[in-house]
Amino acid sequence: MAIGKVCGIETEYGIVHRGVAESNPVTASSLLINAYVSGLTVTAASGSPSVGWDFEDESPGNDARGPAPADAAPPEVETHLVNAVLTNGARFYVDHAHPEIATPECADARSVLVFDRAAEVIVARAMAAAIGVLPPGQELVVHKNNSDGKGNSYGCHENYLMDRAVPFGRIVTAATTHFVTRQVFTGAGKVGCEVPGTSREDVRYQLSQRADFFEAEVGLETTLKRPIVNTRDEPHADAQRYRRLHVIAGDANLAEVATFLKVGTTAIVLAMVEDEALDRSLALRNPVSAVRAVSHDPSLAATVETVDGASLTALEVQFELLDRAKKWAEERGLDAVGTEVGAEVLRRWEQVLTGLEADPTSVAGQVDWVAKRRLIDGWVDRHGTDWDDPRVAALALQYHDLRPARGLARRAGLERLTDDSEVAAAVTDPPTDTRAYFRGRCLDKFASSIVAANWDSLVFDVGQEPLRRVPMMEPSRGTEAHVGRLLDECSTPAELVARLSG
Amino acid sequence: MAEREQKKRTAPQRETEEVEDAPQTNERGEEIKADIDELLDEIDDVLETNAEDFVRSYVQKGGQ
Repeated sequence: MAIGKVCGIETEYGIVHRGVAESNPVTASSLLINAYVSGLTVTAASGSPSVGWDFEDESPGNDARGPAPADAAPPEVETHLVNAVLTNGARFYVDHAHPEIATPECADARSVLVFDRAAEVIVARAMAAAIGVLPPGQELVVHKNNSDGKGNSYGCHENYLMDRAVPFGRIVTAATTHFVTRQVFTGAGKVGCEVPGTSREDVRYQLSQRADFFEAEVGLETTLKRPIVNTRDEPHADAQRYRRLHVIAGDANLAEVATFLKVGTTAIVLAMVEDEALDRSLALRNPVSAVRAVSHDPSLAATVETVDGASLTALEVQFELLDRAKKWAEERGLDAVGTEVGAEVLRRWEQVLTGLEADPTSVAGQVDWVAKRRLIDGWVDRHGTDWDDPRVAALALQYHDLRPARGLARRAGLERLTDDSEVAAAVTDPPTDTRAYFRGRCLDKFASSIVAANWDSLVFDVGQEPLRRVPMMEPSRGTEAHVGRLLDECSTPAELVARLSG
Repeated sequence: MAEREQKKRTAPQRETEEVEDAPQTNERGEEIKADIDELLDEIDDVLETNAEDFVRSYVQKGGQ
């Protein structure tokens, strides 16, 4: 039986410090986050939100396949960089040379979407706060994209809670097929190509920002020789029961429907794997070349080959997955992905695939690569120029600009699934239906007594030795229903810790 | 759905000729053009003046 697909998104944003001779990304990222954190209203009771991160349980070098191959380069945990845990349960920090926001753990795709949009608001507020602390003429500019057009990529990772009992190999097969073909609606669109030896004439425009950077089918790396399926085995939860599938193959989306479908369809596919509802008939023969073939052909005619020798377009594979998902939903129900949200995912999935098949421009409000191409086509037409005009690359980049006054995506007529008030609430309030609720409420109420936070624990200083660590190994516990009243009733952290252990 | 099923069965050999540049009805075409025009007006207003330099200097190392 599929388990609840607790899920979330981590986005590494592009950042530029304008008005200085040389933009240092680590400094710029730290400035951005510090500007945001110091701009927050700090109440006497709650204290500073700049809580330390507890690295006790971080083990990004663990490999889901077992002992790591000798040549693997596991990512290093950087403990010295700026880190903030927010009252909405999210983490806002410097990762490598980028500012990154990890949403809180969410119970379904719609909730992830709301917190992903809230993350954009947080970034916009951080940029505005930074202007206030920087010398005149300087500015931090943040983009929600995955490629600088010069061979560098940075990720938008997704995470899904999975049943540890499911063999990893089965996850790999199904996930690979989905990751290769879902690009038709998750692609954020890219002008040109960054595969060495491929010219601009060969690939003028492609579906995905990320596709050029995948060189392996399965692996532990995230910065070199990136794999389609990442094997980082770091559940941030009870490792006996759970696995966290860490997905590095996605684009950061501006289109709400795209974010919703990226997470929603993947959650469904993974729940189907747990229920053994997918056979190997859609397994792909050469997934690494297939990622590029699909991305490099916006006519959507490119085919991928299955292990059985069938040649199918990405859309055909997606329609197959959708059909199986519908059947699975009829037989097993949608509990694992949220009944209503799951039904909406299935409905939207079909709508978008049908639109892409009939006429991609019909989904310009739902799919980023289509929306961006429409802007470029219209602009090129209006100014009587062509796609080689350097201003086209500028327009494409500005699509991802998160400054409200400059960003083009929010002017591109993208359909909304959220409303401004729920997004504004998600900037400060945690989801109510995962353990993020407990983290967020504790940070709101007792931040000055929390010496460290982590995905699966909070460490309290209650005024007497020793420090008290509250483990949160079960992602679906610590919800409002579970601890809401307790948190309301406790007026001190000592009382909370005592009652939790009582 | 029946139509979809049928198409799917013949998927690998499915004919694609007819979908190429399917002409839009005039009404829908006009509507899209009006939308796009409004959009492009706004984009010309917010497009950065030094956009080309910005793109040239846009380098983002050290990502995952």
